Amino acid sequence: MEKEIIQFTVSVYTENNIGLLNRISAIFQRRHINIESINSSASEIEGVTRWTILVNMTEEQMKKIIGQIEKQVEVIKAYYHTEDETIYQESCLFKIKSDLLFEERQIQNIIKESNARIVTVNKKFFVLEKSGRKNEIELLYRELSVFGIMQFVRSGRIAVTKDEMKITEMLAAFNN
Amino acid sequence: MKETLTVKQKQYLEQPKERISGSEAIVRCLLAEGVDVLYGYPGGAIMPVYDELYKYQDKIHHVLTRHEQGATHAAQGYARISGKVGVAMATSGPGATNLITGIADAQIDSTPIVCITGQVASHLLGSDAFQETDIVGISTPITKWNHQITKASEIPEVLAKAFYIAKSGRPGPVLIDITKDAQFEEFDFQYKKCTGVRSYNPVPKVDDSKLKAAAELINNAKKPMIVWGQGVILGKAEEELKAVIEKAGIPSAWTIMGASAIPTSHPLNIGMVGMHGNYAPNVLTNDCDVLIAIGMRFDDRVTGKLDDYATQAKVIHFEIDPAEVDKNVKTDVAVLGDSKESLSKLLPLLNANSHTEWLQKFKDLYAIEFEKVIKNDLHPTKEGLTMGEVLNEINKQSKGQAAIVSDVGQHQMIACRYAEFNVSKSNITSGGLGTMGFALPAAIGAKMAAPEREVVAIIGDGGYQMTIQELGTIFQTKVPVKIVVLNNDFLGMVRQWQQLFFDKRYASTEMTNPDFVAIAKGYYVDAKRVTKRDELASAIEEMMQSENAYFLEVCVEKEDNVFPMVPSGASVSDIRLE
Repeated sequence: MEKEIIQFTVSVYTENNIGLLNRISAIFQRRHINIESINSSASEIEGVTRWTILVNMTEEQMKKIIGQIEKQVEVIKAYYHTEDETIYQESCLFKIKSDLLFEERQIQNIIKESNARIVTVNKKFFVLEKSGRKNEIELLYRELSVFGIMQFVRSGRIAVTKDEMKITEMLAAFNN
Repeated sequence: MKETLTVKQKQYLEQPKERISGSEAIVRCLLAEGVDVLYGYPGGAIMPVYDELYKYQDKIHHVLTRHEQGATHAAQGYARISGKVGVAMATSGPGATNLITGIADAQIDSTPIVCITGQVASHLLGSDAFQETDIVGISTPITKWNHQITKASEIPEVLAKAFYIAKSGRPGPVLIDITKDAQFEEFDFQYKKCTGVRSYNPVPKVDDSKLKAAAELINNAKKPMIVWGQGVILGKAEEELKAVIEKAGIPSAWTIMGASAIPTSHPLNIGMVGMHGNYAPNVLTNDCDVLIAIGMRFDDRVTGKLDDYATQAKVIHFEIDPAEVDKNVKTDVAVLGDSKESLSKLLPLLNANSHTEWLQKFKDLYAIEFEKVIKNDLHPTKEGLTMGEVLNEINKQSKGQAAIVSDVGQHQMIACRYAEFNVSKSNITSGGLGTMGFALPAAIGAKMAAPEREVVAIIGDGGYQMTIQELGTIFQTKVPVKIVVLNNDFLGMVRQWQQLFFDKRYASTEMTNPDFVAIAKGYYVDAKRVTKRDELASAIEEMMQSENAYFLEVCVEKEDNVFPMVPSGASVSDIRLE
């Protein structure tokens, strides 16, 4: 188990400071590890940033890297989880020629069935937004690519964990 | 609004403020942190700070090194011998990039230093301005923390944090980059020392259950062995370690960074582990039943082949940095925390013991090492001088009281193997990074931090020429360091590897050297060269007696090798004696 390469979701709570992206990504780069996706955003705590990083490696290596991340002065806490320990979403946008919407009736069915949302339509193109799990987005991509996609973009994964993360308590402990 | 503030915050706000420039604030912060000496080199982007240093020169001594690398190593030497934070200063661009080697060295050897760099004015950031370099970006992976200041008002808080972070927990280098406009800007100054950072837990709490588990393993051990590292020195836990060793009667070895924490002559001090360490502790690492690692990080130069390292033993790891636990060697019990606290809490849990038979094994192997290696190193019968006999003579004449600052290579291994240590913080060397050029500037810093101590730099002819210009700093400051260059006209350690592992193809390791004595004299440093055994003792005596800086070149045997040796990739118990 420890030696098998699997996908991990790394969640990191940090201060919101310039240069932390560099510091965190350097930990992976130094060990010749590719980051599959990375997302940085606000968290449930004001002034605290939450990172969601997707990487493939062994659990043994993952533990060591979590240690290295937590060692950074401005990192409050880091966790790693397997996919089934998280609830996650990815988001994507498709830009497609508007003509197709009327010429290819099937597209309308695809949109309906996939629970995708039309963000905007104009004479030239329409934009479709879809949030969901990785395979749902991949399926939609395959279905639409038959008709031609003008532009496609996909976000990094964002994930919440099933177990608790006691960051607020940790920060409160420091203030007391 | 004010009612919601804590008493502490109110007191802080009510402190008197003064309107001063950012650059004066920098100097005032340094003074508030107890900095009495700093090392650096001026230049465009740091000039406002130098202008203030000029005004404050009666309170703070700025030492002009001859290269910024020298400033960082001097700050390291200062920190290593005193336990205080060393400070280095440089301008932007090349000044800042020249600090990098010293910062990397301080990072891997956990040395508390604060580096302050000037930066181009904030409106020029990112414009490829003259002498602009992204030093925060460059230094990120090799600093414990770094930060760029663009507003004067940030200076007090950030510098307070810099000193706190550099010094606390597992120490390390911090770099603060300050734009030139922030140095000029005036603001209301007040200083408050930093006592904590919410995202940073420098010293983990000692877990009593882990301590108990560790004590139980130790009490039941038949063949326990301790390997201690610099964590003992950084934690000021020398006395606690000694008490533990003596009570439990455990043979104890040290890593290169841990040297001098326990006197060399202590009966339970069984010598150095690692690639060129002593025979007994290396061999018996693979024989002990409990291995107790204290404030060390299982570096590859210590462990040799990991798969064959102490696999028979239960491993206990006393460590302040959670990231070190299970990093290289899987532990059975990890006791996180400060070494002083952990060891003092461990002591009452230990049973008094004396592992006489087990200790005898170390003595027996030492006898073999003495016969095969040490005797010939210290009391050679061949014509050429050995590095070992030079160290032996220094031991005799300093009565084992000198602080030894070594560079990197064969002479370093010899110095660490044979120097006699009776005082902690006496072995100042570049352990993790292996930085040639470290010793000369580090010796300057060490002597300035501890003027009462005899500081002897032991340097090879290769490393010496990497920072030889610091002779200028020695001349200008009159700092009375003793410099011994062990000259074999080779990059000796690389040559040794070429001989052993590259079929004697001596690619670029032979050095055509200048007249080192003439160079030293050119800097008005007293100097002498020794080529024969019968001149050695009197030359070292002259050096030790001198009240000034002194340079001694000892021409040693050209093609001597350092043994014992664990060849890279081999197990520690496959250590070679010849």
